[in-house]
Amino acid sequence: MIGLSHYLTVAAILFTIGVLGIFLNRRNVILMLMAIELILLAVNINLVAFSAYLGDLTGQVLAMFVLTVAAAEAAIGLAILVIFFRRRGSIAVDDVNRMRG
Amino acid sequence: MIATIAFYLFATLTIAPALAVVFARNPVHSVLWLILAFFNAAGLMLLVGAEFIAMLLVIVYVGAVAVLFLFVVMMLDIDFASLRRGFSANLPFGIIIALVLLGEIIVAVSAWKVGPTLSNHAIPAAAQPNIVALGQLLYSRYLFAFEIAGLLLLVAMIGAIVLTHRSRGDLRTPKVSKQIRRRPGEAIRMLDPGVGEGMKL
Repeated sequence: MIGLSHYLTVAAILFTIGVLGIFLNRRNVILMLMAIELILLAVNINLVAFSAYLGDLTGQVLAMFVLTVAAAEAAIGLAILVIFFRRRGSIAVDDVNRMRG
Repeated sequence: MIATIAFYLFATLTIAPALAVVFARNPVHSVLWLILAFFNAAGLMLLVGAEFIAMLLVIVYVGAVAVLFLFVVMMLDIDFASLRRGFSANLPFGIIIALVLLGEIIVAVSAWKVGPTLSNHAIPAAAQPNIVALGQLLYSRYLFAFEIAGLLLLVAMIGAIVLTHRSRGDLRTPKVSKQIRRRPGEAIRMLDPGVGEGMKL
């Protein structure tokens, strides 16, 4: 029988993989954004699992808002990436400290 | 029984592609692995009866976000080999951090005691379909938050357009304000030219 703890375990592993991805791909912004998407997916799995096992739909509403924020974040992040690439010809994070206003 | 098999299938096929996202050599492959992970996470959510969120995950993530990632990865001419330089240097440190984090989460979850509501280990039967219940909740109790979420998406859209928009100098675009300011009185002249005189413009 699959219980709540199974879902929590899957979400915990997914969250850890996301954090690992951010640490390993320190120079590649695209992969960092993908790792953030994985982390948000883990949060969503947690929210939906708790919502289902509690019989309370509020968690699913909140998961929808997390989805909204993730989509907005991906759009803005990739837009910033595109203009950064246009200016500097690279997306290495090490160069970002040259962005001065 | 079939639900257990389905859970383990979906869970394995969510976690293994997530690892492949992080460790893939080619970012295009990373995006494709990400799509597979999201599909199977949607399957996990279907198993607990959250149909709407599962479909939303497929539509929003696979249909929009992953395609956006794929578009950017393919459009920009990036030297990905140089971006992987620090990968093996960061690997031991990253794995240590990840293991510590996973251990913390496991300790926290095992210290957490399941309350009486959750201890029966079964999903309560839904009184009405998931989408109906979610819609009623979203358009009544969470209406304000829902509107704010829509506004957030609008701001993100405008922000993305403003950030990436480039005005080119070699285009002849119509001047909208001048066009709108035109009135029939100044646009049309009624003339009555005499025979054989022609028109003066």
